[in-house]
Amino acid sequence: MQVQQIVKKLNLTVIGGNDGIDNEITGGYTSDLLSDVMGNVGDGNVWITLQTHKNVMAIASLRDISAVILVKGLKPDADMLEKANEEGIPVLGTEMETFEVTGKLFGFLQK
Amino acid sequence: MQLNYSIEGGDFTNAGNASSQVKKILKKLNVDPKITRRVVVALYEAEVNVAAHAYRGEIIVDINTERIRVVLKDEGPGIESIENAMTEGFSTASAEVRQMGFGAGMGLPNINKNADELNIKSDVGVGTELEIITKLK
Ligand SMILES: Nc1ncnc2c1ncn2[C@@H]1O[C@H](COP(=O)(O)OP(=O)(O)OP(=O)(O)O)[C@@H](O)[C@H]1O
Ligand SMILES: [Mg+2]
Repeated sequence: MQVQQIVKKLNLTVIGGNDGIDNEITGGYTSDLLSDVMGNVGDGNVWITLQTHKNVMAIASLRDISAVILVKGLKPDADMLEKANEEGIPVLGTEMETFEVTGKLFGFLQK
Repeated sequence: MQLNYSIEGGDFTNAGNASSQVKKILKKLNVDPKITRRVVVALYEAEVNVAAHAYRGEIIVDINTERIRVVLKDEGPGIESIENAMTEGFSTASAEVRQMGFGAGMGLPNINKNADELNIKSDVGVGTELEIITKLK
């Protein structure tokens, strides 16, 4: 499954990092603790979080994350967005809260 | 090849610059992506530790055909018990730093997992020096 497919299916907003819209998704990881993600996320996973600062993209880039989903209508800080565009890693927005969007994504990826 | 970077305490905007640049350089040098990942994950966690826990630090990345050696030397409060610091879940991070999602007490364990060799020297009230070695072969 590609990032653009979950954008459609979960009705997400593409906030930045458009260049990575065809990235292949291998799974997902939900956490707001940065070094937990750094240590445990898988290559190509989608990362679901409420953190909106630049370090999110540093980790996304170092761990080859396919896309970041920001929950509850949260918007990335300006420097996070800039880095997302630079690195070509999509930042996706949703009004859903973490539990709901994680559950839906899990459901889609199981199919 | 030797690369030098510096990092300031409290500067989370630039923490991660060294690891990001080293990743690009190792890619150009055709280093195995799995090895590159180990190096940059460890370097990133160490960079953030200087930003979160120390006043300022210097980073040296030394690359030869055998191994990548990363040294981070900081001026800061130092680490009272390295054994405690290495325990997953142990953290003295401030409330402010925790709010950003740091402070899980997993950084040093992550470094340890990703390094072939990790040496830590620390003087309380003076600073901390980390040596992280990753073998290329
Ligand atoms: N450079 C340093 N100077 C002083 N103390 C340090 C330094 N690096 C680590 N420490 C101490 O070791 C503890 C554990 O570090 P570790 O990186 O594992 O966790 P953390 O930084 O608190 O949280 P996390 O890395 O999960 O965001 C820190 O909370 C701090 O007390
Ligand atoms: Mg840390």
